Amino acid sequence: MSSDGENDDFFFEDEYDDASDQGEMMEDIDSTSEPDVYDALSPALEEAPQRKPYDVTWKVKTLQEIIDMQNKEITKIQSVLEVPASSAAILLRHYVWNSEKLQEQFWNDPAFALNEAGLSPPSSPSTRTIPLPQSPSRRSNRSIRSGPSSPIRRTRSVVTSGPFECPICCMEFDQQAINKHTYSMGCGHRFCRDCWTEYLSGKIKSEGESAKIQCMESGCGRIVREEVIDELVEKDISKRYHNLLNAAFVADSPNLRWCPHPNCEFIIECSQAPSRMLNQIVPTVGCKCGHDLCFGCGYAASHRPVLCKIVKLWEKKCADDSETSNWLQANTKECTKCQSTIEKNGGCNHMTCKKCKWEFCWVCMGPWTEHGTAWYQCNRFDEKSGIDARDNQAKSRASLERYLHYFNRWANHELSAKLDAEFYQKTEKKMEQMQNSGNLSWIEVQFAKQAVDAVIKARTTLKWSYCMAFYLKRNNMTELFEDNQRDLERAVENLGYLLEQNISDTESISKLRQDITNQAAYVQKRHDILMDDTLKGYLERRWEFTVDI
Amino acid sequence: MSGGLPKRILKETERLMADSPPGISAAPKDDNLRHFDVTVAGPESSPYEGGVFKLELFLPEEYPMNPPKVRFLTKIYHPNIDKLGRICLDILKDKWSPALQIRTVLLSIQALLGAPNPDDPLANDVAQHWKEDQNGAIEQAREWTRQYAN
Repeated sequence: MSSDGENDDFFFEDEYDDASDQGEMMEDIDSTSEPDVYDALSPALEEAPQRKPYDVTWKVKTLQEIIDMQNKEITKIQSVLEVPASSAAILLRHYVWNSEKLQEQFWNDPAFALNEAGLSPPSSPSTRTIPLPQSPSRRSNRSIRSGPSSPIRRTRSVVTSGPFECPICCMEFDQQAINKHTYSMGCGHRFCRDCWTEYLSGKIKSEGESAKIQCMESGCGRIVREEVIDELVEKDISKRYHNLLNAAFVADSPNLRWCPHPNCEFIIECSQAPSRMLNQIVPTVGCKCGHDLCFGCGYAASHRPVLCKIVKLWEKKCADDSETSNWLQANTKECTKCQSTIEKNGGCNHMTCKKCKWEFCWVCMGPWTEHGTAWYQCNRFDEKSGIDARDNQAKSRASLERYLHYFNRWANHELSAKLDAEFYQKTEKKMEQMQNSGNLSWIEVQFAKQAVDAVIKARTTLKWSYCMAFYLKRNNMTELFEDNQRDLERAVENLGYLLEQNISDTESISKLRQDITNQAAYVQKRHDILMDDTLKGYLERRWEFTVDI
Repeated sequence: MSGGLPKRILKETERLMADSPPGISAAPKDDNLRHFDVTVAGPESSPYEGGVFKLELFLPEEYPMNPPKVRFLTKIYHPNIDKLGRICLDILKDKWSPALQIRTVLLSIQALLGAPNPDDPLANDVAQHWKEDQNGAIEQAREWTRQYAN
């Protein structure tokens, strides 16, 4: 651990030695003893591919691969259970793609499994929907749910004689037109095709339903098959339907997650971050679109080293106005008589409530009548009632100040992250300048860009480290954490300062280049130390929080 | 003037007027044929027995793909009906099917009067009363029926 008095050069030496000690873990090039400092350190600025115990492995999938995954499962179930592909799909969706559970249930009781999933067994007698009932029938009180449909289904076999009337739009179809213009599923509930189309389009378009669209008949749980929907609805709606099915598949699968970045259509597959593990790992993954995301909670950037749950708490705390009431508590007092909220913005301690005209002392909160003429001094400060009131206020003020301390630092880094693009631009200009005036080659000025990368990465980590610190209990471990945090903060500041320097002559360029390269390597090192220690801390259960995780 | 009304609504209206279920009446208003005046008699051996409850029923543009909107106009003490007369009934929401009709909806509402369900409440205070002191709640419902549903 380093104390405030030591200088940065010393840190650097210290860390550089560490780096050689850990040679086994680093890339080979680190352990070889190159005489030139620059060459030996530059690889450290690149992504080190080694695996840490808190890292997860993942794959980036395309939508087509997701479709293939489903089809593979469907084909498997189709051959094992000997059912049509569309039935296999409906069964799998009902059992949330858990094919083992599906097979177990199916072999236990095929009819039951099929029925549960919304596929009536082939042998079940079909009921025909017939025109609206001619006479009312009394219903029993118990059948509120399934009852209403019973009067309609009461009679059957009318279809063979006379025209068919669609029970929904009441249009009539004669015998020849029935097959062409009406449709019924295996359950036998027949309706005209126009009604089916309207119904299915409405379900898909306005309600966003996909896997669980049931028969139009009330109380009939029969699921409408994919090919039926494709045949009955317009092309664009059918496309939307399939998109919804894929979305549901991804949402149902704990190992899949959509990349949350706008216009990115990739899906991340990761099996090492189930929700029960999220109290000890922070599964940051990178998508092919070039952005990071958290597989655990879907946060659209890395929020390492903070756990998903803490991030959620923090965001809520920052977003809701619970802090407003904290401010009120810290900066205002209540009239002891009518409880109006008062903010004192000047004047003496003799308060007269505007609302109820009660006169009291702002310092001790006691009635003014006992004060005499001591308008700026209260000599009754130690009265019990006054002490309690002041204690409460001090506590609340301390808690607000604590929150603001962390929030301001967090927000500061958040703000600098927003200026990233500008930072890059400025640096690029400088790199050009160096190439022109300093006779450096393109490759030789890349160190500046690498340094900016290191700063930005470190700032993101620092930002989240303040959220982490806000929720940490005060203990020795937290002290260590804050030491690491402070070292990184200082290193980043130094590097930022160096990057802002003007390049005047060739002499200073080579010196500056050396300094920036060294400092960037140091920032990277401090960053890795903070990250590594914090993430390992979860696995070792070293961190204690003020909230439940 | 009913030229714009779908055949389905015309047929339903016709049948409702000609042959309404026992204890239920429904008739469209003169100025809007999608807007019905409804009365439902309280079911026998329920606290609402002897009462006649007024409701309004409206068929939205999307009917029958979307459910009708129904509301009690008469004050009623019931755990699934709130003080604005809104009704908590599954078939009026997610369990709606276009194969259901005005008739079946009104029959279901009548059945709901005979079988209150305090476990799925809309009016929380009434449901609480129903759970804690069923006899007292039933007595209250009877009292309200006498007072308002005539």
